[in-house]
Amino acid sequence: MVDITLPESLRDVEQVRSVRTPAQLDYEFTAGDATTRFLTGITQKRIIGQQAPGGRVYVPPRGADPELGQPTPTDVEVAQVGTVTSFCVVNLQFYGSVMEIPYVSALILLDGADLSIMHLIQEVPADQVRIGMRVEAVWRDDADIEPTLESIKHFRPNGEPDDTDVRIPGEGHGTGLGSWIGGVAPTEAVIRNPRTGVGGTTEGDEA
Amino acid sequence: MPDVTDSTQGTGAGEILKAPLIIEYPFKRTTGPVIGAFLTGLREKVLVGSRAVDGRVIVPPAEFDPVTAEDLTELVEVGPEGEITTWAWVTSPHEKHPLDQPFAWALIKLDGADTAMLGPVAAAGIDDVATGSRVRPVWAEEREGRIEDISHWELTGSGGGGA
Repeated sequence: MVDITLPESLRDVEQVRSVRTPAQLDYEFTAGDATTRFLTGITQKRIIGQQAPGGRVYVPPRGADPELGQPTPTDVEVAQVGTVTSFCVVNLQFYGSVMEIPYVSALILLDGADLSIMHLIQEVPADQVRIGMRVEAVWRDDADIEPTLESIKHFRPNGEPDDTDVRIPGEGHGTGLGSWIGGVAPTEAVIRNPRTGVGGTTEGDEA
Repeated sequence: MPDVTDSTQGTGAGEILKAPLIIEYPFKRTTGPVIGAFLTGLREKVLVGSRAVDGRVIVPPAEFDPVTAEDLTELVEVGPEGEITTWAWVTSPHEKHPLDQPFAWALIKLDGADTAMLGPVAAAGIDDVATGSRVRPVWAEEREGRIEDISHWELTGSGGGGA
């Protein structure tokens, strides 16, 4: 660090070393038709998705099939039990979080759905959560149900045996896991780290 | 996902839900010794600038010379009064503006400085403000080393064409 010459008036006072500069953005979130249907279902403790013409069911619904771009006009109720398709153990406390660490955030494929939702897994030690684990929704008390996904407090193991052949949404048809590379599903083996250039193959590497 | 309360137009889904959505970033920045000294000065009601290689005084202080890019290490006291070099009148203050009443955003060249810094100037009306008007800082009662330690600037009643 360079030596700074201060005016006399500031030589014997404690120096400022950091400053808080919070930024706040005030939005009004408009749910839209499909999400409104979903959230209205939540107030009735039902989980509503929408079915695309090809048959796939999206939860939460966004009003259109992300692969085909076509409207998803049919509301479909899906189950309140599902399978963990991916999860993350959170070991760090961060600003604004009220969760006790460690906790598990997971992608859960509800029975009857073709898209995972993200939610908490509780009532089980974090290190026992695994892909394929069967879980069920745990709702707030009826008086506290509101049109928010937080009306489901968390998911917990429901005691069924693991789904050892868990289906990862997007694995079979290119939806949900980003772009395919040369006709191959984007698994870890074919994705190159863009920063280091390590690993995988990318389009144009075939030559 | 936010709690959804209000609603407006009707659709096939019933009424479309809406809710406030506030995104907040709790940034905390380290200042380095130069900006740190400037902010320390605000806390102590002292305004400082940095002396550039060519002898000019830059306020707020710069860490590097704008021409030669050398480290600037000599901080000198300036002000506290200064002169408006240019300004814009705010007719309808926004919620996040520093003053509730109409005011001027002004570039203020402090006495002893060769560059101007931005500040909000309180004035009874647009006709009271002019390029060349003299201003002095109004310090916040509680200061902790941030730019808001200057509550705003007020006209001294001399200079310029107004007041």
